[in-house]
Amino acid sequence: MTGAATGAGGVGGRDLALHLAVLAALLALQFVLPAYHHTNLARIMVLAVFAMGYNIAFGYTGLLSLGHALFFAAGLYATGLGIVHGSLAPGIAAVAGLLAGGAAAAAVGLLALRTAGVSFMIVTLMFAQAGFLVVLYFGGWTRGDEGFVLQGAQRLVFGLDLSQPGPRYGAALALFAAAVLVNLVLVRSRFGRVMLAMRENAERARMLGYDPFAVKLVALAVSGLYAGAAGAAYALLFGYVGASFASIQYSILPLLYVLLGGAGVVLGPFLGALVMFYLIDLSSSLTSAHLMVVGAALLALVLFAPQGILGTLRARLLPWLA
Amino acid sequence: MLEIRGVRAGYGAVAVLHGIDLDAAAGQVSCIMGRNGAGKTTLLRAVMGLLPVTAGSVRLGGAPIHHLPAHEVPRRGIGYVPQGRRLFGPLTVAENLEIGLMARRRGAAVRDRVLGLFPRLAERLGQAAATLSGGEQQMLAIGRALCLEPAVLLLDEPTEGLQPSMVALIRDTVARLRAEGVAVVLVEQRVETALAVADRLAFVTGGRVAETVAARGLAADAPQFAAHVGV
Repeated sequence: MTGAATGAGGVGGRDLALHLAVLAALLALQFVLPAYHHTNLARIMVLAVFAMGYNIAFGYTGLLSLGHALFFAAGLYATGLGIVHGSLAPGIAAVAGLLAGGAAAAAVGLLALRTAGVSFMIVTLMFAQAGFLVVLYFGGWTRGDEGFVLQGAQRLVFGLDLSQPGPRYGAALALFAAAVLVNLVLVRSRFGRVMLAMRENAERARMLGYDPFAVKLVALAVSGLYAGAAGAAYALLFGYVGASFASIQYSILPLLYVLLGGAGVVLGPFLGALVMFYLIDLSSSLTSAHLMVVGAALLALVLFAPQGILGTLRARLLPWLA
Repeated sequence: MLEIRGVRAGYGAVAVLHGIDLDAAAGQVSCIMGRNGAGKTTLLRAVMGLLPVTAGSVRLGGAPIHHLPAHEVPRRGIGYVPQGRRLFGPLTVAENLEIGLMARRRGAAVRDRVLGLFPRLAERLGQAAATLSGGEQQMLAIGRALCLEPAVLLLDEPTEGLQPSMVALIRDTVARLRAEGVAVVLVEQRVETALAVADRLAFVTGGRVAETVAARGLAADAPQFAAHVGV
């Protein structure tokens, strides 16, 4: 129940301080983390940006999409193909990736938002599966399942070699910081209030003069921009573009991150991605049945903290948390 | 102000309104009374565009509005307080009001006016709407609709389930809005409330207006109430 926590006006002092403190901690961590966790945290920040986009659609607007893999893949492939086949500069390709995610989401939304609930889930899932099949069909360009690798020279942005750990972490943090701050401003804005109204009840919002279709379309497009930015960053920072990122798994993952961390909480997706990543990492080192451990953890979450970790924390201790 | 002529509407294949006529003039309260299932709420929903009007017309200030999508109707100046209040429960009082204000780009002056009508809301601005008492929720529902500065206000049983002091407050508010020139359409089951605030009473039976009478001079035991409302 996020709205209860959102006061009128701009981003609150405590709220902003908490988010800046998290960003500062992430900045400091790069100097102390071992190489393995250094790379992991960069990957988690990029995936968290993807999940933050999902949170805008689901956590704030109430759109339960199963098609976000398409938006992430649009960013990933627009960037990768733009560099490899379009000879675009990596920075330009990344912008193309961001826009591709937003455009894909807007295009899907134009049709999918004529449905609601379970139908919306199915329609978005079908679009994402169609995207996955398109990637496989045009294997001559995308190299299908196998994918393709971006070499070091293809990952130079403003003179920074993003294949190197330091610049990679810095770029992931910069993207994450920008995503957090934009998200904070968005949810505290007037449009953010309307998104919450849509999530609570679209017909009530319609009675007050809001067009649910238009509001949800904008929210989905913004969500797609986040996913596209994350996809573009993933291509540049980790150098691999493959069909697995367009699969259903990448539509489910951001949903799980958001549910675990807290829907409708700005930092929820980051915490969810962090916990889930290390839960899988640690449990897979102990047993091949690591997904059972993940399942048990999700079951415990549903039973004991259905609002997610930060959602529960906000409900009990931090009512001001955005 | 609001002219309803021969309106037919319903739910899918089930017709509820069978050619209903009603007028709401500026600075007047038109009260719709009738038994459960007579079509009172259906009429308000049809006016708001939430149900399709299959025949007839709804005009606001002479301009037809029955063909508009539902979100356009409030923007033209019709406020609606549905039965059961229908607030955004987890959002605060301030946020609920803000959503109303933004719909027609109204500012602090309108908000202050609403809070002047309902001072108790001013004390609860940071409180989640779902945690308010029933009377406070009704104040917020009316206040949120007034944030649109409507020329016409539709109220669907606003006193339902409220304690007497809250009923009196709602009556006073309706009287004040009338004095300010708002055209109020009130669906009401309480005879005493209807007689206290209404200028005209429209008795709805079977999806039609069976009789329209002036409220002034009408007694609580008038035969119309027994015939059309069952009291």
